[in-house]
Amino acid sequence: MKDGPNIPLSTGCRDTPVLRERGQREVFCGLTGIIWLHRKMQDAFFLVVGSRTCAHLLQSAAGVMIFAEPRFGTAILEEKDLAGLADAHEELDREVARLLSRRPDIRQLFLVGSCPSEVIKLDLARAAERLTRVHAPQVRVVNFSGSGIETTFTQGEDACLAAQVPIMGDTDARELVVVGALPDVVEDQAKALLNDLGIDKVSFFPSRTADALPEIGPNTVFALTQPFLGDTHAALTRRGARHISAPFPFGEVGTTQWLAAVAAEFGVDQDLFDRVTAAPRARAQKAIAAHRETLAGKSVFFFPDSQLEVPLARFLVNECGMDALEIGTPYLHKALCGPDLDLIPQGPIISEGQDVDKQLDRALSANPDLTVCGLGLANPLEAQNLRTKWAIELVFTPVHFYEQAGDLAGLFSRPLRRSEMLHFEAAE
Amino acid sequence: MKLTVWTYEGPPHVGAMRVATGMKDLHYVLHAPQGDTYADLLFTMIERRDHRPPVTFTTFQARDLGSDTASLFKDACLDAYERFKPEAIIVGASCTAELIQDDPGGLAETMGLPIPVIPLELPSYQRKENFGCDETFFQIVRHLAQPQEKTPHLTANILGPTGLGFRHRDDVTEITGLLEELGVTVNVAAPMGASPVEIARLPAAHFNVLLYPETAEAAARWLERNHDQPYTKTVPIGVGATQDFIAEIRTLAGLEGRSDISRLRLPWYAKSVDSTYLTGKRVFIFGDATHVKAAARIARDEMGFEVCGLGCYNREFARDIRALGREFGVDALITDDYLEVEAAIMEAAPEMILGTQMERHIGKRLGIGCAVISAPVHVQDFPARYSPQMGWEGANVIFDTWVHPLVMGLEEHLLHMFREDFEFHDDAGASHHGGHPGPRVEGGQPPVGDADSPRDISGSMEAGVPVVQTDGSIVWEEAAERELKKIPFFVRGKAKRNTEAFAVERGMSEISIETLYEAKAHFAR
Ligand code: SF4
Ligand code: SF4
Repeated sequence: MKDGPNIPLSTGCRDTPVLRERGQREVFCGLTGIIWLHRKMQDAFFLVVGSRTCAHLLQSAAGVMIFAEPRFGTAILEEKDLAGLADAHEELDREVARLLSRRPDIRQLFLVGSCPSEVIKLDLARAAERLTRVHAPQVRVVNFSGSGIETTFTQGEDACLAAQVPIMGDTDARELVVVGALPDVVEDQAKALLNDLGIDKVSFFPSRTADALPEIGPNTVFALTQPFLGDTHAALTRRGARHISAPFPFGEVGTTQWLAAVAAEFGVDQDLFDRVTAAPRARAQKAIAAHRETLAGKSVFFFPDSQLEVPLARFLVNECGMDALEIGTPYLHKALCGPDLDLIPQGPIISEGQDVDKQLDRALSANPDLTVCGLGLANPLEAQNLRTKWAIELVFTPVHFYEQAGDLAGLFSRPLRRSEMLHFEAAE
Repeated sequence: MKLTVWTYEGPPHVGAMRVATGMKDLHYVLHAPQGDTYADLLFTMIERRDHRPPVTFTTFQARDLGSDTASLFKDACLDAYERFKPEAIIVGASCTAELIQDDPGGLAETMGLPIPVIPLELPSYQRKENFGCDETFFQIVRHLAQPQEKTPHLTANILGPTGLGFRHRDDVTEITGLLEELGVTVNVAAPMGASPVEIARLPAAHFNVLLYPETAEAAARWLERNHDQPYTKTVPIGVGATQDFIAEIRTLAGLEGRSDISRLRLPWYAKSVDSTYLTGKRVFIFGDATHVKAAARIARDEMGFEVCGLGCYNREFARDIRALGREFGVDALITDDYLEVEAAIMEAAPEMILGTQMERHIGKRLGIGCAVISAPVHVQDFPARYSPQMGWEGANVIFDTWVHPLVMGLEEHLLHMFREDFEFHDDAGASHHGGHPGPRVEGGQPPVGDADSPRDISGSMEAGVPVVQTDGSIVWEEAAERELKKIPFFVRGKAKRNTEAFAVERGMSEISIETLYEAKAHFAR
């Protein structure tokens, strides 16, 4: 088999009919996004207004990061808060005041809605306005929902970002905003590449600090690094900014096409583009090739989890030579994922939503070489002899752009290599 | 409203899941939004179960509210019955479903399923996980236990073990063996391992052995009242407590059976001279009431420690633990706020903590060793090897576990002799722990050995690891050095070594960002 990307001949999967499921789902709610957002936004605190369940979810999903005092917490609603709503607002004001006096480093406070706060119709938007008045200018208070009745997993980040768009300042400058929380090291790489292409006015959203929140206006263009940012995309568009559509920057091909779309927008000439990208492209190809040996010709099945499924399937199919059997996603945003869908040859089932028991039946009968799924399903599937990659790692690990392309492939090849390494039978 | 960061107990429906997941042929239909399915990972990842918990979540969404969450619930019930064919179903609501008041119990009853349907009322805004276990098991027993003759031979039930319990698996094995030695056969161990059909047979036993009051006391009391089954009051953790337990069994059973103590090593290990250094070590004990009570007695009477503070997080047992505090001459701390626990530990300044996963983290932050004695616990507290807490082997396990965080005897002398030695100082910790002694960084030491777990996204964590030391021959360019610092600390050392090796091999004298990434690609496998 030849190395390098498979360029599909067909029109891809964009028009493949989508299997829509509305049964039991096995996914996190949007609160989970807080776990990476609070590390990214260094002067922000995320205060969930919810139940003991919400606190327990954050704790269970945060797992290893428990050792630092986190910048998130849950204001747990109690019986007495449920009885009379007036009280709940007073209690919230008191908890916020106490929190902010203990953490003077906090510049932005997110009041995060949950299922219970929404069901009892606790108006956190109003609370945010009120609290902003009280604590301005030191602290800005913003509200978004991470509830499980409204949001799935990564949609929490989308809701968080979309909620910040209205407070962005105005500008007429011609600027690029790169949208989606990236690890700092990846953000710096992206910035260096863009600068080398001669694109100097670049800002990142979410910003590391409150002061660095990008400004926005009719001359702003933005590029998404994550496929789950539908509401943020809509909010930015409403403010007059224009989206640069492209495949997502995973792997060598995804990154090159993403950069090329941005470069075209800024009129970067082809020679410069080639000069800047040649070396990192070659490195990315080389790093992927090492894993491609393990992955090529193997089949993969995606359970819905982070909405990263389509671009990741694109990467695995195109650049690692895998066959996708089913690409399940909690929500398919065709406008954003279209360019990636175009690059995936027809064949896989594309499913949206979930009916977990039926999907498990499909996975078991498809018998894929690798199954990408959530933490709740991984070990049970391993026990049924499927190799799995648990998906949450894909949002916690640096995986975007050239220098991480090999790591990304490695996340998928490791379970396969591992199963080849393990032997428990007698020597004879 | 109460601000919480880390919690000792989950919500009560998680307690119900622990009971259901421990059992066989039972199914739990839980009216709950999709996000609540996170609880599955507690069992599949932390406890490493190879099956999904037998729980169907209705996963209603905002658009279902007001229209028909009730029929969603009924459909889920019917699907679960048809797909899993359980012997009985328990039904209930999570915190959110409690607010929409669909009454899962009432709905399920009207469905006419041909198996017992047991409704659970677990008040999510008042109670917590342990209550959820206790109440769920009680309801299951109350609905299913059948009046019947006692077995002709002497039998007992073991009550209390659940899914996700701290060492429950091994405690059941150990106590089953101990009872056998004494001449008592186990009729049913429940909830863990039991099916609804076996629950029906509980009343056939002559008495009950209550291993964990937190999770099964309500059921034990009910069985005592309604089926004439007395239950044991001593929890056999530690040498003395195990002896008391045996005495209790003898009385209950009217037996003279003996237990073979030839494999009990704790007393000799505690007496042997190397253990002299354990004398008067100041320990702070925190966890669930049952384990704290047991640990306090072991610490004082069997290890020769001084208990300088104790407490529990489950208020249901506040009275017992306050009394225990008086016995030990300390003020018992009853709280589920880990910040209060941390403050109390700082105040008491113990040499070791006996606690939960939470105290282990507190210990890391404060630079104090910690041995885990109680739930909540993390994945490494579900060991592959046999390691009970109860009975004779449990005592052996406890000796080993508690000594581990402490500096060994001879080593302690050396520390005193070389107090000024820069890498051999008081804060250095026990040498047999390898790696990572050293500075008490704000935020604590990273957990060693978790390098393949989810990463810190900002890459900006402080760490006590020196980043770049040039050794003369190779120079790191400033930008490359900065780049290196952005790499998560637990792989940074390796990245540095690899890059330098790569550069040396190619006869380079300077390392640029480019080199760093060339090397990374080179070592990509
Ligand atoms: S990092 Fe280690 S100690 Fe910390 S929560 Fe995870 S397993 Fe427990
Ligand atoms: S699904 Fe709702 S109730 Fe459950 S953890 Fe998420 S926000 Fe909280």
